[in-house]
Amino acid sequence: MPTNSGKPKQNAVNVREMIEEKRSSRNISNITEKLIPTILFIIASISVLTTIGIIYTLLSEAIEFFKIVPIWEFFTGTVLKPLSQNPEFGVLPLINGTIISSLIAMLVAGPIGIMSAVYLSEYASERVRRVLKPLLEVLAGIPTIVYGFFAFTFVTPVIRSIFPAVDATNILSPGIVMGVMIIPMIASLSEDAMTSVPNAMREGSLAMGATKLETTFKVVIPAAFSGIIASFVLGISRAVGETMIVTIASGSSKNFTFDITQSMQTMTAYIVEVSGGEAAAGTTIYYSLYAVALTLFVFTLIMNLLARYVSRKFREEY
Amino acid sequence: MNQVNATKMEKRMNARIRKNNLLKGVFLLATLFGLAVLAILLVRVVTQGAAWLDWDFITGRLSTSADRAGIMGAILGTMWLMVVVIPVTLIIGVGSAIYLELYAKKGKLQSFIQTNISNLAGVPSIVYGLLGLTIFSRAMGLGNAALAGGLTLSLLVLPILIVSSQEAIRAVPKYLAEASFGMGATKWQTIKNVILPASIPSILTGAILSLSRAIGETAPLTVLGIPALLIPFPEGLFDTFTALPMQIYYWTLDSSLVKEYAYLAAATIIVLLVLLFLLNSVAIFIRNKFQQRY
Repeated sequence: MPTNSGKPKQNAVNVREMIEEKRSSRNISNITEKLIPTILFIIASISVLTTIGIIYTLLSEAIEFFKIVPIWEFFTGTVLKPLSQNPEFGVLPLINGTIISSLIAMLVAGPIGIMSAVYLSEYASERVRRVLKPLLEVLAGIPTIVYGFFAFTFVTPVIRSIFPAVDATNILSPGIVMGVMIIPMIASLSEDAMTSVPNAMREGSLAMGATKLETTFKVVIPAAFSGIIASFVLGISRAVGETMIVTIASGSSKNFTFDITQSMQTMTAYIVEVSGGEAAAGTTIYYSLYAVALTLFVFTLIMNLLARYVSRKFREEY
Repeated sequence: MNQVNATKMEKRMNARIRKNNLLKGVFLLATLFGLAVLAILLVRVVTQGAAWLDWDFITGRLSTSADRAGIMGAILGTMWLMVVVIPVTLIIGVGSAIYLELYAKKGKLQSFIQTNISNLAGVPSIVYGLLGLTIFSRAMGLGNAALAGGLTLSLLVLPILIVSSQEAIRAVPKYLAEASFGMGATKWQTIKNVILPASIPSILTGAILSLSRAIGETAPLTVLGIPALLIPFPEGLFDTFTALPMQIYYWTLDSSLVKEYAYLAAATIIVLLVLLFLLNSVAIFIRNKFQQRY
């Protein structure tokens, strides 16, 4: 029986081949198993590289700038005239404009945001909440350029029809609109903080005869305080970094003033004006971009670290 | 013996309840304030822009004469941006999330990368613009090509996508992975065949949301010096381009000179908002349709 005797032989060869095949394919999959973590690590380190890139570009060009303009002059100068014959580079007008616009924004967003949070977490029924919350989030999804358009073509004319003394470009209108933009952020972060206060505490207060209002202000808000403060700090950081609304609606006057009816420039708007213009690489005005951006970066970084610190350090654990 | 003055007590109680009800109304009004502004904004934009929004406007070329101006160039520019942003953010975002959630050992390195990502999320978009200007435009010589803009926007939205992908991966229950390991699958096989398929709906939702953030972003593009001149339609990644938000920006700025430009800006805003609305609807659809609860 030739066929019978041949078959096992063939089979034996096949098995050996199969083992070989299996071994080599396992080798390949072994290599993939080892390669994949490395590849993924490289991909994950891109975010670290981004940070390094930001810090390196800002620092290296800002140092060039401080070689021309002394750092002391930059941070104490109240006059910013980058394009004049004898240019002066004082950053205080920009810092002033940034602080004032953020203050106006927070005066709008702070109270309204926190009242919305109280309403959503303490008063609203589940059904109302499920309708209102996504609608508020739509407000956060609108591109900032649209808010800029709204501030410039609607809010400013409205303000001017009531107070004719207000300039066509002023810091008040973008400040208010920026506030509206930040409301959902403060509302939803504060609401998260308030909803995480355990119900037992509310019930304890209500059982003692306190009204809902008293419970909210004497129990819930104190318990959620760290989260609320963190939401405020993040809101400020957002306002400081906001660009398009102020660029469009506040003009480019580098006034050092506290008069909110006038045009002021923020740090962000200065960067847009100068980089969009004709600042050639290597000029002082080009380097000034990076010095301003570095100031802005440090500002927002401190705010963000502060927000995280506050919400970690002062969190009440229940 | 009547120790408590009942009438006085009742009066005070009523005052407290009235105060409660009054402030409840105030809180409701505050919540509605934001929505009222949203409504005014949308109504304004639609009433100003709708009349200018027609087929010629959408398919037309840019022009200094308001009657003939169109935004096809800006639409194409935004599309080219998306062509860059979608693959770049998906690969880097999901890759980083897989590494951080499934490979990285819990320790200093992992928490360093994590802190770094959350700090990046708080960096103002204009700073990303300067990064893009310095690295992509100048050092790599891309100028104001669509590729430079797309890479800049990708870096900007990356933290959002990484964090949402991490959450998506974390939401996949442990027992699914354990079952796969139990069947003899390797780690990568488990990720590829079990964890990723289970988390892909949430990842896609996050990707679409970060994409819609990217295409609405203006500030970084202004820093890159994206023009709104009469440039030819962009035909590739290395062509000079303009994008919808940039077009809105220039028309809004010039609206104090030519009144009609404000209407053109409003019409462009409608196009941009419709695009964002569609993207978000797709995201919500994916979330509701494919997301499984374990």
